[in-house]
Amino acid sequence: MNTATALKDEAHTDVTWQTICTKADLVTFSGVAAWLATAEGPAQVAIFYLPGHAQELYAIDHHDPFSDANVIARGIVGDIKGEPVVASPIYKQHFRLEDGSCVEDESVTLRTWPVRFDGEKVVIEA
Amino acid sequence: MTTPASTKQRLIIIGNGMVGHHLVEQLVEQGALDRYQVTVFGEERHLAYDRVHLSEYFSGRDADSLALSTADYYAEHGIELRLNEAVLTIDRQANEVVTDQDRYPYDRVVLATGSFPFVPPIPGNDRDGCLVYRTLEDLDAIRAAAEKANTGVVVGGGLLGLEAANALRGLDLDTAVVEFAPRLMPMQVDTEGGELLREKIESLGVQVLTERATQCIEDGDTARHRMVFQDDKILETDLIVFSAGIRPRDELARDCGLEVGERGGVVIDDQCLTSDPQILAIGEVALWNQSIFGLVAPGYQMAKAALSTLMGGETRFQGADMSTKLKLLGVDVGSIGDAHGNQNPGARNFRYLDQIKQEYRKLVVSSDGKQLLGAMLVGDNGYFDTLMQYYDNGLELPDDPASLILPSSEGAPALGPDALPETATICSCHNVTKGDICATIDAGAVDLATVKGDTKASSGCGGCAALLKSVVDHELTARGVEVDQSICEHFAHTRQELYDIVRVEGIKTFGELIETHGHGLGCDICKPAVASILASCFNEPITDAAHVPLQDTNDTFMANMQKNGTYSVVPRIAGGEITPDKLVVLGQVAQKYGLYTKVTGGQRIDLFGARLEDLPDIWGELIEAGFETGHAYGKSLRTVKSCVGSTWCRYGVQDSVGMAIQLENRYKGLRAPHKIKFGVSGCTRECAEAQSKDIGIIATEHGWNLYVCGNGGMRPRHAELFATDLNDEQLYRTIDRFLMFYVRTADRLQRTSVWRENLEGGLDYLKEVILDDSLGLGDELERQMQTVIDNYQCEWADAISDPEKLKRFRSFVNDARPDPDIIFTSERGQLRPA
Repeated sequence: MNTATALKDEAHTDVTWQTICTKADLVTFSGVAAWLATAEGPAQVAIFYLPGHAQELYAIDHHDPFSDANVIARGIVGDIKGEPVVASPIYKQHFRLEDGSCVEDESVTLRTWPVRFDGEKVVIEA
Repeated sequence: MTTPASTKQRLIIIGNGMVGHHLVEQLVEQGALDRYQVTVFGEERHLAYDRVHLSEYFSGRDADSLALSTADYYAEHGIELRLNEAVLTIDRQANEVVTDQDRYPYDRVVLATGSFPFVPPIPGNDRDGCLVYRTLEDLDAIRAAAEKANTGVVVGGGLLGLEAANALRGLDLDTAVVEFAPRLMPMQVDTEGGELLREKIESLGVQVLTERATQCIEDGDTARHRMVFQDDKILETDLIVFSAGIRPRDELARDCGLEVGERGGVVIDDQCLTSDPQILAIGEVALWNQSIFGLVAPGYQMAKAALSTLMGGETRFQGADMSTKLKLLGVDVGSIGDAHGNQNPGARNFRYLDQIKQEYRKLVVSSDGKQLLGAMLVGDNGYFDTLMQYYDNGLELPDDPASLILPSSEGAPALGPDALPETATICSCHNVTKGDICATIDAGAVDLATVKGDTKASSGCGGCAALLKSVVDHELTARGVEVDQSICEHFAHTRQELYDIVRVEGIKTFGELIETHGHGLGCDICKPAVASILASCFNEPITDAAHVPLQDTNDTFMANMQKNGTYSVVPRIAGGEITPDKLVVLGQVAQKYGLYTKVTGGQRIDLFGARLEDLPDIWGELIEAGFETGHAYGKSLRTVKSCVGSTWCRYGVQDSVGMAIQLENRYKGLRAPHKIKFGVSGCTRECAEAQSKDIGIIATEHGWNLYVCGNGGMRPRHAELFATDLNDEQLYRTIDRFLMFYVRTADRLQRTSVWRENLEGGLDYLKEVILDDSLGLGDELERQMQTVIDNYQCEWADAISDPEKLKRFRSFVNDARPDPDIIFTSERGQLRPA
């Protein structure tokens, strides 16, 4: 690996963590929607905030493939046998926040992205 | 294989009453239509209807709701139904049935012509206003005559006579019953029972005259008719209804030379065959073993035997039990087997009489005290089911049989379902045994609804509903099917238990509840359910930080999400009354924000296509113009639909719009297990369709009649009459209690109609709790409702004054622009989702 490549990789790593919003923008035990820049173009992301839980933040696709509407952030958060899920507010399918997989239909998986707090900022890697 | 029509035998059924129709159902279900081409003649213009509940025709039910079937059902199964066509003769030489319209060839005939009311041969019995009580036409005639009458007399104090008396009372007539025998219901009760029955019925304002033989009816002085009795005493009345027993409609059989009994009735054998084996007879026209059976259950059993005969089967009619369980004029009367103890020499009695509570119970037992031979109940039929099981199944009585009729703090004794043998009849209307129910469960049924559907149990008179449920629950448990009532995996409690926990422990947030009584994060089942419970109890704004994550999206954003993620907005238009100014504002708001407008079924205006981020601005303008939220998004009071009422309508008797507005404003914001709809009609024409609502109110001359637990939608249900002639205050108080009791005891997402159907004890129980305050809950329920009313505030007004709450209405937290994926197109001059 030459120096130039190493530098480029490092630079890339820095910009992949995008600041999306602040902690104050979040709604506890619920979701908000945001825009995210990805390699494939702009995406709508739903960010869920579960304060006090092992993993406090989740970022998952805001687009509901069953209704073709952008509504996932407006679903109810809960768990099924301990796995955190969100229920689509339209036809009520459940998606695992961990990996985006649909509980009712194995063939469907929503995109997910790593997300964390950076101080008061919420940052997503894309 | 279906037999071609040409080779099928022609079966003609004469009579389309309850028994005739039951035979048709049996023919369909047992596959007899492969063998028979069936034609049914009915003399009335109505299709078979429920004569058992005929008196409800005066308390709000119409001919359609009493109907047992539909013309479509007959057509669907290729059965020719010829209503309003009377059969004149049966030509047995030509094998043809002759009507006033045509001749119809037959291979077999079933006579199901029923009976007619016996009118005693009294001079003057054919005067205008002397009527009978049997058919819907008879009831129409009684209703018409009652409009010109103040007083009414029923001649005959038996079962049907008391039904008729109830009907006259319902028509607001001063009512009297005249009975020839020394007591009312002489067939069912003895002297002591009869005395008690008389007291109870007189206390309802019905005059009871026994040992009276009417000599003649002539012109009256103070009323239209004067009845003169054997001792020259007189009674004046405007209307007379004869209900002095029934006589078989056997004239067709007589004319064609079939054997009939000395006192009427077509003689049949165990196969229901008459003296001409091509002709069968069933129901009240048939005379079996010198007896006519004037109840519906034996008629059904004859229909089953007749079907078996037609199909070459082995089922025979072997007589029927004449035990009856009735509620007449609100008084329970029960009679089992040899209730008088005069058919079993050596029989012994146990009797219990309580003149304070007005209850009477009698057991007739074998001389060794081990077998129940008969029983008689007046005042409380709670004892009936258990006694019936002892009687029906020949179970050995307990050492002290009196314990079966003595009052105890636990209420009437119940015989556990495990004590019943497999042959025990659970539903006598459809002849379903415990064995049949077990077989259904063994074949895979795991809930009550499936068992009901498969066996038809409890779909007749419904009297066995509680027993059926206990048998099903017991059998399911015995098979290891756990009847888990938990609301979801996060709480091992029912909704009702959670409600009680919240109320008793004063828990005000979901977090606290799940920490102390559940586990995990919760889910989309328990969160909205608990949110609803908290709102019912404390009525804090649902958008408060602690509550907002619990709500379904509709409640969160206080609007109704549509398929493309936009929302519809429904401001409250109480009672459907709106000023022109406000109407203009709705139009302007819709124009400004590009909304599709549609009038709803609940007399409001729905504005569709609102974007999430526009909702606060839309509501700002609506609130400015004086609107408030309509809760169209909530499991809560929706609308109170009304007709225009007495202020404009020439038929209206009360101000239905005024009442609707009062009620809507009283209960707006009440959150409940499911949505609640009201209707208020200003007169009996019922233009507001109140009887299809959870709460229906119909104006009377004297106040308001209250109906409850109706529903439109997927499974329509007529609301049931709950209380009559209430004044405004009584109406509010009754509804307060009713709604709070529903909120307290219903399951999640259970409408009042389903709640009512699952409520053990049914409507009577509900009346006891709400009207008689049998649980002593009345004051508490009213107080709880008052808390909800006092804490009402418009949720939208609350939200738009709070910047924290408004943050939720941003489309994206990092971009103010709207969601570009929401695209509209236009249709019929308005927009719609592309």
